Amino acid sequence: MSGTLIVRNAGPGVSVQDTGRPGWLAQGLSRGGAADLLALAEGAALLRQPPDCAALEMAGIGGTFEAEGDLIIALTGAPMRATLGGAPIVWNASHALRAGQRLVIGAAEAGVYGYLHVAGGLATPLHMKSRAAHLTAGIGAPVAVGERLPVGPTLKGARPGLLLDAADRFRGGTVRIVPSAQTGLFAPEDRERFAATGFVRDTRGNRQGVRLVHDGAPFAATGQLNILSEIIVPGDIQMTGDGTPYVLLPECQTMGGYPRIGTVVPDDLPIVAQAAPGTRLQFRFVGLDEALADYRQRRKGEAARLAAAIRPLVRDPAGMADLLSHQLIGGVTAGNDLDEEEKTCPARWI
Amino acid sequence: MNAAVLSDPARRAGFPHLVSMGLSGVLVRFSDRMDDAANRAALAFRAAVDGERWEGVEESATSLGSVFLRFDPCLTDHRVLAERLEGLLTRRDWYAEGLPAGRRLWRIPALFGGPEAPQLHEAAALAGLSPDAAVAELTARPVRVLTIGFAPGLPYMGPLPAHWDIPRQTALTPILPAGAVVVAVRQVIIFPTATPTGWRHVGQTGFRGFQPDAATPFPLRAGDEVLFEPVSVEELHRLRNEDPNGGGARSEALQ
Repeated sequence: MSGTLIVRNAGPGVSVQDTGRPGWLAQGLSRGGAADLLALAEGAALLRQPPDCAALEMAGIGGTFEAEGDLIIALTGAPMRATLGGAPIVWNASHALRAGQRLVIGAAEAGVYGYLHVAGGLATPLHMKSRAAHLTAGIGAPVAVGERLPVGPTLKGARPGLLLDAADRFRGGTVRIVPSAQTGLFAPEDRERFAATGFVRDTRGNRQGVRLVHDGAPFAATGQLNILSEIIVPGDIQMTGDGTPYVLLPECQTMGGYPRIGTVVPDDLPIVAQAAPGTRLQFRFVGLDEALADYRQRRKGEAARLAAAIRPLVRDPAGMADLLSHQLIGGVTAGNDLDEEEKTCPARWI
Repeated sequence: MNAAVLSDPARRAGFPHLVSMGLSGVLVRFSDRMDDAANRAALAFRAAVDGERWEGVEESATSLGSVFLRFDPCLTDHRVLAERLEGLLTRRDWYAEGLPAGRRLWRIPALFGGPEAPQLHEAAALAGLSPDAAVAELTARPVRVLTIGFAPGLPYMGPLPAHWDIPRQTALTPILPAGAVVVAVRQVIIFPTATPTGWRHVGQTGFRGFQPDAATPFPLRAGDEVLFEPVSVEELHRLRNEDPNGGGARSEALQ
């Protein structure tokens, strides 16, 4: 079974994303891909499919979508108000989207980036081995009203009516950073002041990076207007000429001469990406060894941990949506009976 | 990790050295300033690192005077790579390496000054030149592609004479068009896509350094030479219409 997801209406920041396009750093192209990679992995876990399946990333607000052919969908990332055929449905869950049914996704209630996944993955054309729109590089574009997004074959095992207990990373907080190539250009007292400062996510921000504002003196590094340009990685915290920090995200530039005071560790980067304007953020320096040990520990059990966080959506008398899902678990369309296609994504899983 | 490896300590105190970048990166820095030998060293050293095919190393890239390695921190780490990199650094005098093979000379038509390149006067003044003298210097001889980065296919070119060591602006210009020629810190850039920048906009071309749907998405390579050919605004518009990706650019082999 495969189908099409039709875009009936969409906010300005809705785009197809996957795990990005690594390997072009030497040509100046950053990896791109989902701003919240954990949300991508959560959607894949809910639909029991490989984690590089392409999904729709929705910045701030979703849109109205219609299925051509029966689809199974999952919603993850920043929780948004969503209705299916007019009835509210639960976030961080999988649902059946029947042919002709309308899925309406509104504004984020917390966080920035929500994700609409489909079982089988979006099967839009590959550009340089990825489906991800890289908006700053001019690869692809936000989805347009009327666009028809092809869906890959539904994978065995995808089913509606599952709920995932997602980590709340949508309200800011303290983010771990490790030293980077230019940390030493900042005086020790400025590094201490940086770690002690409460920042607020500015209104300026996108998939390239987010600007932070704070009370107090700007942050400056020694000789910072004449630093030789060096490689940049997502997570780097760059000080522009006016001493304001930017945290760089997946569509960041690959090289630059503004000094960087540190790098956000990959597991905490979704907290920054998901910080809506006005959200409070603080940074804590951790040692490389400590951060590496934690990173490896988390990778070890990642798939099992996500799988363990999934449970059936239970009957909740407060919501029609849950009744609907409950019924679906009962066997109206259990994903099991669908196609026998090989368990691969149409992406580049092989 | 702060181990310093000194291939020629008398000449370059403290270089090359290694620094970590985040959890999955390591930087081999050959210089912290514009330095032709360091740029050649970076290009040659990256080729050598790629040839080693070390476990866990996922990609490499050069900047003006450094080489960056991205690795999978579950397969290797900074310490293991530092040891290997130090071994490789001591194997040769990387600063004495020549330029890569297969270089080309590009002739790229460019308009300097006027409403389409409004910061020529400002940049010339910072370099201590009249606008005419600045254009004469920028077009007299080729500049070399020192590295590609920042945006896809964006060439950092130079080095320009020492009086072009002008700082970036403290504020970002919100957006410059594709094909814009900008200058700062003894370097010149042609923007492949529209971008915000702190560099000053002195010229405009119709050249696209990133052509996603072309057989060769990235026409320029580090080591290539670029000669700007001054044209009038009418000529620029004609070239852009006739050749939307190249803007009249031509290349020939350099030997």
